[in-house]
Amino acid sequence: MASEVKFEKVDFYYGAFKAIDSLQLTILARKVSAFIGPSGCGKSTVLRMVNRTNELVAERTRLEGRVLIADENIYDGVDLFSLRKKVGMVFQRPNPFPKTVYENIAWAPRIHGVKRTDELDEIVEKSLKRAALWDQVKNKLKSSALSLSGGQQQRLCIARSIAVNPEVLLMDEPTSALDPRATARIEDLVEELKADYTIVIVTHSMQQAARISDSTAFFLSEGAGRPGRLIEFGETERVFTNPSSRLTEKYITGRFG
Amino acid sequence: MTRARVFDLSAKAVAWAVAISTMVFLILIIGYVVIRGVPSIASVGLEFFTTAPRGIKMQGGVYPMIVSSIYLTVLSLVIAFPIGLGAAIYLAEYAGRGRFVELIRFSADLLSGVPSIVFGLFGLAFFVYFLKMGYSVLAGALTVFLMVLPTLVRTSEQAIKAVPRSYREASLALGASKWQTIRRVVLPSAAPGILTGVILAMGRAFGETAAVLFTAGSVPQTPASPLDGGRTLTVHLFYLATQGQIEDSFRVAAVLLFVVLGFNLTAGWMMARFRRRFG
Repeated sequence: MASEVKFEKVDFYYGAFKAIDSLQLTILARKVSAFIGPSGCGKSTVLRMVNRTNELVAERTRLEGRVLIADENIYDGVDLFSLRKKVGMVFQRPNPFPKTVYENIAWAPRIHGVKRTDELDEIVEKSLKRAALWDQVKNKLKSSALSLSGGQQQRLCIARSIAVNPEVLLMDEPTSALDPRATARIEDLVEELKADYTIVIVTHSMQQAARISDSTAFFLSEGAGRPGRLIEFGETERVFTNPSSRLTEKYITGRFG
Repeated sequence: MTRARVFDLSAKAVAWAVAISTMVFLILIIGYVVIRGVPSIASVGLEFFTTAPRGIKMQGGVYPMIVSSIYLTVLSLVIAFPIGLGAAIYLAEYAGRGRFVELIRFSADLLSGVPSIVFGLFGLAFFVYFLKMGYSVLAGALTVFLMVLPTLVRTSEQAIKAVPRSYREASLALGASKWQTIRRVVLPSAAPGILTGVILAMGRAFGETAAVLFTAGSVPQTPASPLDGGRTLTVHLFYLATQGQIEDSFRVAAVLLFVVLGFNLTAGWMMARFRRRFG
């Protein structure tokens, strides 16, 4: 079940530093939304608001406004463990656990209470198939995940996230450590997965945003120490061919960033 | 040849010579002990490992000493491992960077530099007399536990800290609690490092002499319970050598050497196995 993610008048602070200023944004279910913008514009911070992992990286974070997943405010008395089960995340560098392929996938279902082996077997197979990895690893489920190639490892991480049936899938520059072929396979996979999940992808590559996303959000900060702002959000094709903001146009034509 | 090149070559030569001499000394010591100890053990036969010493000169076997040494080593590590690991988890995962924590680290580092005979004296006064344990394997094990604890804590802490942050991040982002993350991701990844620390501590416990002499005593009997006294191989070696029984001493030395070598090879083998599986 994919859910809509809504930011309502969100300000975000790291200590005294305001990182995000009055963000208003609705991310549609079963679509791929890309966050683009130069380094330091706050796009990763916005992504990490959705599973509340900014709080893991920094102390004293503060959020004003509301962030809603399926109309539930996740900054108001929500259980973090079930929130993070509901919101999967894929990181810049593939980070499978130093365990077997099987154990990587079975890991999250286990901690969320699945115990029966046949049930776990089924989840592992289903998740790996969904991540287009099953055929390559079905004979080495018991080998170390670290023996896989970088691209395979990243697809394993995707399979690991979807093993607990999330509603939202966050991807923080998931192909930045991969070669072009592995990147293409991840992009194909993202296209397939959007049928079931709300996908948000932060990317530095505008071509990637243009290739795989349905909508694009462009963030920008006016300089170091200034908060990031959402400059423009809309259908990807429109944003790239006919941006409504001069700043977006300057960025996508490569004049800064 | 330029000056720089001459310097470069001579530095290389010196480094090479030093490295070689280190190895030569090592081989010399091990070789000497083996040559003097092993044929002597062979002439006594298997009995050396399975029988008790006989007579006033302690001829014959060293079975009670082997038992005492193993008993003491295992007992001290059984006590040290959970406590050391717990402290390491606290320092690496929960403690911040406060003054108090720095004080703990500093004390641990300081404690590991205290001469073992001082630990022995403490053990004698505290465990043997004050707590009335008498000369016993338990008093010895507790003293050795105090000795190996700081090193165990620090090596385990380093091993835990060396686990990449990205593993923790992945685990927490999957909805795991901090403790689940530590238990199921961090500790298994840190296991080879922790294990190496444990095996090195075992080597130290097994080889300890002064502290053990003061606390476990030197009665050449096979301890049946932790409250019995015993004589470890090291203490036995000490007595034999001070009585001028050099050949008997070398037999014991050879056994000690092989056991400690065994510990180190096991540590190496375990780490290699672990890396093959997860590296």
